[in-house]
Amino acid sequence: MSTAVSTPAPAAGRRHRVPAGRGVAPVLWILLFLVAAIYIFPFLVQVVTSFKTEPDAASNPLSLVPETWTGAAYQRLFANSDFPTWIRNSFVVTLIVTLGRVFLNSLAGYALARLDFRGRGAVFALLIAVMAVPGVVLLIPKFLVVNTLGIYDSFAGMTVPLLADAAGIFIMKNFFESIPRSVEEQARIDGAGTFRTFWSIVLPMATPALMTIIILSFQGSWNELNHFIVSTQSPELTTLTKGVAQLASGQLSQGSQYPLKLAAATLMTLPVAVVFLIFQRRIMNTSLGAVKG
Amino acid sequence: MHRRRHRLLGKDAAAGWLFTLPVIVILGLFLVVPVLMALWVSLSDWTGRGSPFSSQVGFVGLRNYSAILSEPGLAQRDFGLALRNNLYYVLAVVPLQTVVALLLAVAVNQRALRGKGFFRTAFYFPSVTSAVAITVLWLFLFNDNGVVNKAISFIGLNGPNWFQDPRGVVHVLLSWFGVDSPPAALTQRGPLGVTPWEWLAGPSVAMSALVLMAVFTTSGTFMLLFLAALQALDPEVEEAAMMDGAGAVQRFLRVTLPQLRPTLFTVLTLGLIGTWQVFDQIYTGTQGGPSKTTLTPAYLSYTSAFESQRWGQGAAISFILFAIIVIFTVLQRLALVERDPASRSRRRRAAAATHAAPAEGSVR
Repeated sequence: MSTAVSTPAPAAGRRHRVPAGRGVAPVLWILLFLVAAIYIFPFLVQVVTSFKTEPDAASNPLSLVPETWTGAAYQRLFANSDFPTWIRNSFVVTLIVTLGRVFLNSLAGYALARLDFRGRGAVFALLIAVMAVPGVVLLIPKFLVVNTLGIYDSFAGMTVPLLADAAGIFIMKNFFESIPRSVEEQARIDGAGTFRTFWSIVLPMATPALMTIIILSFQGSWNELNHFIVSTQSPELTTLTKGVAQLASGQLSQGSQYPLKLAAATLMTLPVAVVFLIFQRRIMNTSLGAVKG
Repeated sequence: MHRRRHRLLGKDAAAGWLFTLPVIVILGLFLVVPVLMALWVSLSDWTGRGSPFSSQVGFVGLRNYSAILSEPGLAQRDFGLALRNNLYYVLAVVPLQTVVALLLAVAVNQRALRGKGFFRTAFYFPSVTSAVAITVLWLFLFNDNGVVNKAISFIGLNGPNWFQDPRGVVHVLLSWFGVDSPPAALTQRGPLGVTPWEWLAGPSVAMSALVLMAVFTTSGTFMLLFLAALQALDPEVEEAAMMDGAGAVQRFLRVTLPQLRPTLFTVLTLGLIGTWQVFDQIYTGTQGGPSKTTLTPAYLSYTSAFESQRWGQGAAISFILFAIIVIFTVLQRLALVERDPASRSRRRRAAAATHAAPAEGSVR
C-alpha cells in the first residue's frame, strides 16, 4: 500500500512543527505513522467510495477524491431498499438487549458479590462453564430451542437469548465487590429490604460499571450476526448485519454496486464509531470480551 | 447474635436465588438445554421437519459422526477441506496477530512517544466495527481491480484476483520454481478424503485475504491487553538490565517478554478460540468459495443443517468443532505451563494484574 503514505499528509504537516517525539527515534515515529495510515486508510476509502459513481469506483478505487460527489448510493438505500427497516430492527434489538443486560447483569452480579446463599458457588461455576462454550458451536442448538419454544422469527426470539451475558455479570460482580460493605449495612439497619438496598443505594454508585455494560452490550448486539441468521427468516425482521451481509454476498442484487455496499457498511459502522469516539478511554480499558475471529 | 445472622442468611438466600434466577433461566434455556437437544439431533436422523423429539425421528447412534469422519463421500471430503482451510487460517492468524499486537503495544508504550492517544485509537478502531462491515470493505479492497492490486501494480507486480483464486499459497510458491503438478505419491486419497497434495497446499489466495482481515481487526484488541500488562511491569527490573549493559533488543527478549508470559497465554488462547470459529466473514464474503477453499467447519455446520437439511451432520460438526477448540486450548495451556514451573507464583501475580486491568477500567 505505497499510497497509504500520502493520505494523512495534512496531519503529518501539522505534527511537523512539534519536534517528532522527544527521545523516540524519528525512524520509529515515522514507521508507526505509516502503520497507523494503513489502519486508517481502508476506512477513508470506504467513506469516499460511497460518494462515488459506480464507474468511478471501479476505475479509480485508490483515489480519495471522487470525480463527481454523489449521494446516489445513500438515496437508493433509503428510497429503494429495505434499509430503513434494517436500521429500525437493529435499533429495537440493541435497545432491548442493552436495557435487559444492564438490569439482569447487575442483579446477578450483586447477588454473586454480596448475598450469601447456598448454591452461590454452583451458580458461579455454571457461569464460568457457560462462558467457555464457543458461540458458533451454538448455531444449531439455538435454532432448535428457539423453534421449540415457538418464538422463532419474532423479536422475542431475537432478543431473549442474548439477555444474559456472563462477561457482563463478572464486570458487575467485580465492581460491587469494590464498594465498602458499610454503605449497605447502614441502609439495612435503617430497615431497607435487599432489593431496595440494591436498587436505591448500591446501583446508583455503580454508574461507571453500568456505562461499561451499556457500551459493550450496544456494540455486541449491534454487531451480532449469527444469532439473527438462525432465529429469524422474514424480511421484516432483518437487522443491518443480516441485510448488509446478504447485500454483500449478492443475494439481493446483481453486479458489484460497490458505492451502494460501502454506503451501507459506512452507515452501519457510524453508530459504533460515534460511541467509540465519545467513550474511547472506557472502551479501550474493557476490550477483553470483544474478540472477533 | 447467632439467630440474627441466621435470619439474615435466610433472607439473603431467597434474594440471592431471586436475583440470579432470570440469568440462570436464560442461560439454562438458551445454552444448556439447546446443547443437549443438539446432542440428541447429532445422534438422530431428524430432517428439520416437525419436532426432533417426535416418534418418527430415529436414533442412529454415531452414524452422523462416521459420515463426516470415516465414510468416504462428499460429507467427509467437505469436512476434511473445511478442517484444512481452518487449520491454515489458525496457523497464519494466531502468530501474526500476536506478533503485530505485541509490536504495536511496545511501540505505543514508549514513554517519550507523542500522539499516543491517536495511535491507540487508530489501531483499535477496526476492532469495534462489525465483521460484516469490514468484510464488505475487504471485498472492495481486494477485488481484481481493487485498491490493493492498484497499489501492488505501482511496484510493477500483478496482484491476484484475491477472492476468486483457489490456489494454495504453497502451490503458488512451488509454481514459481516450475513445480506445477504433484508427484503421484501425493495424489492418493489422504486423511478425510483430501489428498496429501491438497493438505499441503497452504491457505488459498482467497483465504490469505481473510487472514489479513483478521489480523487487521483483532490486533488492536490484543494490543490493549499487552499494553495493560506492559504498564503493570516494574520499571526497576528493566532499569537494572539497562545498568548491566543490555541492549534494547536483548532487554525486550530477556527481560520484558518473559514477564509478559501470562498475557501471551491469554492472547494465544483467545486467538485460538476465535480463529476456529470464523463464520461471519465467510457468510458475508466468500460463502466457502472459491472451490471450497474458504469453507470452515463453523460455516459447513451451518450450511449442512440450514441449507442441506442434514441436521444430524451439522450438529455433529459443531460438536467436533467444540472438541477441537477444547483440545487446542488445553494443549496450548500445557505447553506454556510446562516450560518453566519455577516461575509459577510470579506468573500468577502477573496474571492477576492482567485480569484486574479491565475491571479497574470499569471502576475508574
